[in-house]
Amino acid sequence: MAILVLAAIFFLGPLISAIRFSLEQTNGKDGLGNYTQLLHNAALGGSLVTSLEIAALTTAIMLALMLPTVVWVRLRLPRLALLVESISVLPIVIPPIVMAAGLATLQSHASAGLSNLIFSSPLTALTPVYVILAMPFAYRSLDVGVRAIDLRTLVDAARSLGAGWTTVLGRVILPNVRTAVLTAASLTVALVLAEVVIAETLLYTTYPVELVDTGQAQLGVAVALSVLSLAITWMLLLAISFIGNRGASRARIGRLL
Amino acid sequence: MSAVAVHLDGLTRRFGELIALDELDLDVAPGELVALLGPSGCGKTTALRLLAGFDYPDGGRVKVGGVDITDVPASKRDMGMVFQAYSLFPNMDARTNVEFGLRMRKQPSPERRARAEQVLGLVGLSAHAGHYPHQLSGGQQQRVALARALAIEPSVLLLDEPLSALDARVRAQLRGEIRSVQQRLGITTLFVTHDQAEALSIADRVGVMHEGKLEQIGTPEEVYERPATPFVAEFVGTMNRVAGRLAADGRLEVLGASLKASGPQSRAAGELVEVLVRPEALEAVADPNGHATVAERTFLGSFTRMRVTLDDGSELLIDAASRRGLPEPGVRVSVRATGEDALVSGSAHGLTPAAP
Repeated sequence: MAILVLAAIFFLGPLISAIRFSLEQTNGKDGLGNYTQLLHNAALGGSLVTSLEIAALTTAIMLALMLPTVVWVRLRLPRLALLVESISVLPIVIPPIVMAAGLATLQSHASAGLSNLIFSSPLTALTPVYVILAMPFAYRSLDVGVRAIDLRTLVDAARSLGAGWTTVLGRVILPNVRTAVLTAASLTVALVLAEVVIAETLLYTTYPVELVDTGQAQLGVAVALSVLSLAITWMLLLAISFIGNRGASRARIGRLL
Repeated sequence: MSAVAVHLDGLTRRFGELIALDELDLDVAPGELVALLGPSGCGKTTALRLLAGFDYPDGGRVKVGGVDITDVPASKRDMGMVFQAYSLFPNMDARTNVEFGLRMRKQPSPERRARAEQVLGLVGLSAHAGHYPHQLSGGQQQRVALARALAIEPSVLLLDEPLSALDARVRAQLRGEIRSVQQRLGITTLFVTHDQAEALSIADRVGVMHEGKLEQIGTPEEVYERPATPFVAEFVGTMNRVAGRLAADGRLEVLGASLKASGPQSRAAGELVEVLVRPEALEAVADPNGHATVAERTFLGSFTRMRVTLDDGSELLIDAASRRGLPEPGVRVSVRATGEDALVSGSAHGLTPAAP
């Protein structure tokens, strides 16, 4: 019980303080001023759209690359599973600033063609980087999901019924590891919405970069923004566990995916 | 559907140093059910996976209906398969599972649905078409899996220990159903199992496998009554090892009886050999001057199994039809062979001829 109270103080204390602080206005009265200001901040809105685009594209590419890889490793190269898992952790081990420095060098020496193709927009420049950064989280959660199903039997059954590999992945494996896919996707989205170092170094104004900048100028607005972000993350996690736990309606959701 | 023949020709599969399948030759006639029987690791499942196309042989060819399909991928082989593990797609209800193969064959929806209803009816699960796998019992899941395999009207039906995850009663019932459906459709079937009772009861012919090779293939009666090798004899049913002496006329003196000797015949008369005798081919009769004692008696329903200790310390299992008056544990008995023939398995190592 004492531990629960301590934990509550530990987690709820800062949260309540943050909410309290975000409600303080510059005129000394309490109100939603900091929140309404968010609505009028065009730069913040624009950067949020950019970041969401990057998040969507990163998630799509990550899934398209990672799910077949995880399945292939489990089916055909089970002995290499540990090795592949170790490789997938590399982006955590290598500090982001190293990657940022490398990319900055490439950016400054890139030919005009390459610059136009990749570095002209944050979408094309940052998405490949974030796919790599998301790899450790995505690989792990997908691997857990794939290990929880009888992969070989399901794949063999589908193959013997005439399904090609694309169908096996899309119709048989994907719907049955959807919780893992949602987890991988939400971790990827969370990463994209929080990564500052590389975006800042390469001089792209993404949502987290804008958030930091806003925080330096208007502290109250920034805290209001963090509170909102936290609320959105909570709802996202609730939605995922809700979708993951719905027993009877699994199939319908599976087909929607 | 017209039944086709399956022909495995010198099929070999190695996993590193291990030879899982050693030049296996097997012919299955159209409409026949052949059971491949053997302990785990004998290569029976490897043979099935090679036939299904899930694995590629290191040597040999696979032919179905006279056509070489060794290089055809699993998805184009037109085989229905039921697996040991529950293999229904968890995200689809029974009907959608059954329709899956037809969907892959681009059949229009009304036909698909009609066919699914038909095969679900065949396995007695019409009422469960809308249920998801987690709402079905193990036996029902395997029935749906059978329906799913049959829906595509496969040229060959492959059954990979489909009953081993089920409890005894459901197993016996489903075994009978599989056999009756298979006979009604006349579909060529390969059934892999490690359960000898299952193989003997369901198959037209039983192939006993050992270390990647086919030791013997024949009707269940042949395999049980005239095992070609000691391995077959001991794997199919229960066997006693007793000492016997070869007589001049090719007969065998065992436990006071004279039996026809089968098995390796290159032995001299008078030689002491090891003989394999079934428990039901022995008889124990209460006899105060006998040379054995009943150690244990187990009632098994229609028959009773006795464990008898001979005075030299060796033990025999003896089955007798259950009736009153069978010797109690502790009673002195004499043991007699009642069969007509017995299999010589080898030289008698350390066995002494048992007195009658």
